[in-house]
Amino acid sequence: MTARRLDTGGRIDRTRQIDFRWDGKTLTGFAGDTLASALMANGESVLGRSFKYHRPRGIMSAGVEESGAIVTVGEGARREPNVKATMQELYEGLSASGQNAWPNVRFDLGAVNGLFSRFFAAGFYYKTFMGLPPFEWGHGTGLWMQYEKLIRKAAGMGTASREADPDTYDHAHGFCDLLVVGSGPAGLNAALTAAKAGRDVLLVEQDFELGGVYLNDPEAEQQRLDLVEAVRAAGVRIMTRTTAFGLYDDGTAGLLEKVTDHLSRPDPHLPRQRFWTVRAGATVLATGALERSIAFDNNDRPGVMTAASAQAYLNRFGVQPGERIVIATNNDSVYGTAAELAQAGAEVTVADYRREPSSETPTGVTVRTGMAPLSAIGKSGLQGIELAREAGTSWQKAERLDCDLLLVSGGWSPVVNLSSHRGAKPVWDAKEACFLPGETSEPIFHAGSSAGIWTREACEASGIAAAKKAMGQAADTLAPGGWTTPITPLYEVRLPNRQSKAFVDFQHDVTGDDVRLAQQEGFVSVEHLKRYTTLGMATDQGKMGNVIGLALMAEALGKDIPDVGTTRFRPPYTPVAISALSGRNVARHFKPLRRTPLHDWNLRYGATMTEAGLWHRPWYFARQGETIAEAYVREAATVRETVGICDVSSLGKIAVQGPDAAEFLNRVYTNGFAKLPVGKARYGIMLRDDGMVMDDGTTWRLGETEFLTTTTTAQAGKVMVWFDELLQTRWPDLKVHVSSVSDQWAGVSIAGPKSRETIAACLETGEDISNEALPFMGVARVRLKGGIDALIARISFSGERAYELYVPAASGEAMMDLLWPTAEALGGCLYGMEALGTLRIEKGHVTGVELDGRVTIDDAGLGKMASTKKPFIGSALRQRPELLREDRPQLVGIFPKDRSQRFNGGSILCRPGDPEGFGDGWITAVTHSPALGHWIGLGYIAGGVDAWQGTAVLANDPTRSGDVEVEIVSPHMVDPQGVRMHG
Amino acid sequence: MIRINCPFCGTRDHSEFSYGGDGSIDYPALDATKEAWHDAVFMRDNICGVQLETWHHVHGCRMWLKIERDTLTHEIHSVRPAHPGLAAALSSEQEAGQ
Repeated sequence: MTARRLDTGGRIDRTRQIDFRWDGKTLTGFAGDTLASALMANGESVLGRSFKYHRPRGIMSAGVEESGAIVTVGEGARREPNVKATMQELYEGLSASGQNAWPNVRFDLGAVNGLFSRFFAAGFYYKTFMGLPPFEWGHGTGLWMQYEKLIRKAAGMGTASREADPDTYDHAHGFCDLLVVGSGPAGLNAALTAAKAGRDVLLVEQDFELGGVYLNDPEAEQQRLDLVEAVRAAGVRIMTRTTAFGLYDDGTAGLLEKVTDHLSRPDPHLPRQRFWTVRAGATVLATGALERSIAFDNNDRPGVMTAASAQAYLNRFGVQPGERIVIATNNDSVYGTAAELAQAGAEVTVADYRREPSSETPTGVTVRTGMAPLSAIGKSGLQGIELAREAGTSWQKAERLDCDLLLVSGGWSPVVNLSSHRGAKPVWDAKEACFLPGETSEPIFHAGSSAGIWTREACEASGIAAAKKAMGQAADTLAPGGWTTPITPLYEVRLPNRQSKAFVDFQHDVTGDDVRLAQQEGFVSVEHLKRYTTLGMATDQGKMGNVIGLALMAEALGKDIPDVGTTRFRPPYTPVAISALSGRNVARHFKPLRRTPLHDWNLRYGATMTEAGLWHRPWYFARQGETIAEAYVREAATVRETVGICDVSSLGKIAVQGPDAAEFLNRVYTNGFAKLPVGKARYGIMLRDDGMVMDDGTTWRLGETEFLTTTTTAQAGKVMVWFDELLQTRWPDLKVHVSSVSDQWAGVSIAGPKSRETIAACLETGEDISNEALPFMGVARVRLKGGIDALIARISFSGERAYELYVPAASGEAMMDLLWPTAEALGGCLYGMEALGTLRIEKGHVTGVELDGRVTIDDAGLGKMASTKKPFIGSALRQRPELLREDRPQLVGIFPKDRSQRFNGGSILCRPGDPEGFGDGWITAVTHSPALGHWIGLGYIAGGVDAWQGTAVLANDPTRSGDVEVEIVSPHMVDPQGVRMHG
Repeated sequence: MIRINCPFCGTRDHSEFSYGGDGSIDYPALDATKEAWHDAVFMRDNICGVQLETWHHVHGCRMWLKIERDTLTHEIHSVRPAHPGLAAALSSEQEAGQ
């Protein structure tokens, strides 16, 4: 290919020169260029190396279907692989390089793969490395993984940066009456028609200019300008550089807007891309059609490209793409291009497969009829083309033409991808030799060449008609077609006994032979063909060659194309960066962060925080020089000796109110709530319908018709949803109102022998909170100094005398400023989650790790809490025989046999010498117990404590510390009688 | 993305809602047999076509809804409050408005 920039013509601005870098060299282009057109103007023809065979590849198109000029753009953290050079706008300082080649695209050592090409046929790797000993399934997997790494390195598609993405991406939302995708003759007319009728229209165009094929036709420029002006004046919202990559249910479309990818120095406040979710009342798809290739030997050589792209390079970008040009075609669409190229000074020969092509031969163009391309000659630079003539059912070599550019038009494929996303199955049209959009009941309307309409006037009319239909008005459907002489399908040209490399999928290096091999090996379904050969699975999704693959499969099977079918297109139409999908939901914004009302106070007082679901909670409060291990053991010991204060604000809190509130709770909880007196709290367990434990917590009766239910932190949302569901769907007759009040309260647990003393000192009027006035499980309203109204309940998770004290969230810090100096003076401490865990493990109190959704109330050792006097949710199905088996895993405590040893949470419990399989149980939680002076744990083991008296048990942890001998004990490891908490 | 016309909030993205389950189930009384509960909890039809479902407008009005949805096409045929009292009140209000 001997391309050169023309002195005049095209849409580029020759007054605005742009310097850019290609493989380390500085080159020059103009404003309005794409990277591809600028590279072509600079005479760069080899731009990449192919996936498997490392064959040199160049520009094959001027658009989104590009399968050859796939390059890496940007450097460092901004390096982006697999960018289509044909879609990348040129900007000052752009830096790009060829990929999949070493040391460079012109001289690539990997090209040696081409010599061994017969080893790289479809399925080669799997057959070789996975099918033979020692690589049989299940045994050679480890070795396969090793080979796979090498294979992937040899193949590959460019590499992404390993650095964090420095750019930002936004998510945005939009609404419109009509979404028009594509701004060619059909799209502009559709948008204009609907906007004039008062509809809110959104027009999206993936290019940086509006116009579609108008942009390649200088004579249509005034018409284009007038249309664009009219569209703007009619109030159409226009988005360029925006791709509608997918259509979804109910008129939802996914758009990717490239905001700064074309800018040399973007405003740092702008996102690089925006990911739009648009809800459209109706959609007009004016997405155009893509020109197909033909499979013939070396059809992938640099210098072979689509015929229409030559027109784009000539007329839009001012580049004469070749001097001696052969155009191989089977349809009418190339003749205008041929005339324009000849007019621009090239020597043009059209090799038309049809015996009687168009009547008019353009001036300066030679036409050979009945000829088809057989083999491209020349490796990195095209030298000529061998043509073939049909002889009966076979082909015979005809003649050789010298050329530096070969343009191929094997027909046109309407872009039906977006409607296919919606399940509209494309329909094969034998007359036009293409898939047309399928039927859909959704308000989606194809227009223009995406509906197989080939003439510009008909495309314009079809845009108007589609808009009318989208508005619910009557309009004629325009018939597909429009060529003077019909297309004669042509998919592959080859001599029977000659080896050839005829590509069907350029980016994935899939050849016609691969398709036939797949058929021979039994992969006859089109879905299997796709997966076995990887046809159409590269980043270009086989836009140039899928139909050829189907045609060859049909031929191999002796069927017609519609009988072979087509695969369903899936979003995205063009690649979408993961960063755009994640938007701003990255790093600390990956998920919401919930802070308790005491968050800042905790931090001021030295808390190290940990994540508990979405919450940040104090983990431990280290004193000078303390490690976490030292801190939590001190905190837990201090609670048992004096007093500790812990932020429990994150517990779920639900106000349950109404005349039937007690009845409601009585149905939800396994134990009775109907007779709970006012001023009392009760610990309750709720089950799911299937009889498994859902959650636990305390419920406080604040009045006859008013309860405060607490849930675990983790299940707060789920329990609230469950209450809503029960009251609205199952028991609508119950007069109960539930509302989440979790965020209304700041709550602390004050635990330890001096807890009562601490609180009493903080009360404003010296209310009586003695053991008699406020016994275990008592609830009262009190007032703290400074007039802070509070709820107090005598509840213990730690096993000590303990209280939960709730004040309105805004008074949380004031409460702490009262409590903490008092507790500190009494020798107390602040404690966090780690010490909380220690205290509850010592007592055998369960949390989410024990109540993991697989355990029954009996498994958790709480069977006594299941009432036998009333039914409740789950009471029927907890009686299933499987759930009553005596050898089910049950909650136990665990001691190391040698008390100086420790073991890990997650260990499997098993008999010595029997470390296979699932074992007999598992460890859920471990801690060092200051009360006992050694490591302890909680866990589940088949049959529970009684089954393992005097039996040796191993805590098996093969990936970490190995085996530790343990003893199975009661889960109530400290103060089993509860003397301390009742005192 | 399915769009659901919540009777209280208007048409919203399905991401505001969470799927509940089979809306055609009449749950047995709490003291019913475990066989009756077994059937209600575990024995579900796998419908290809229109099915009655419960959905929760969890990021909206928090109302539970009964929705007829085509499992094949995601087309939604009807939406009403799951609470029969609310459904009745809403429909009589609509009738009064007409």
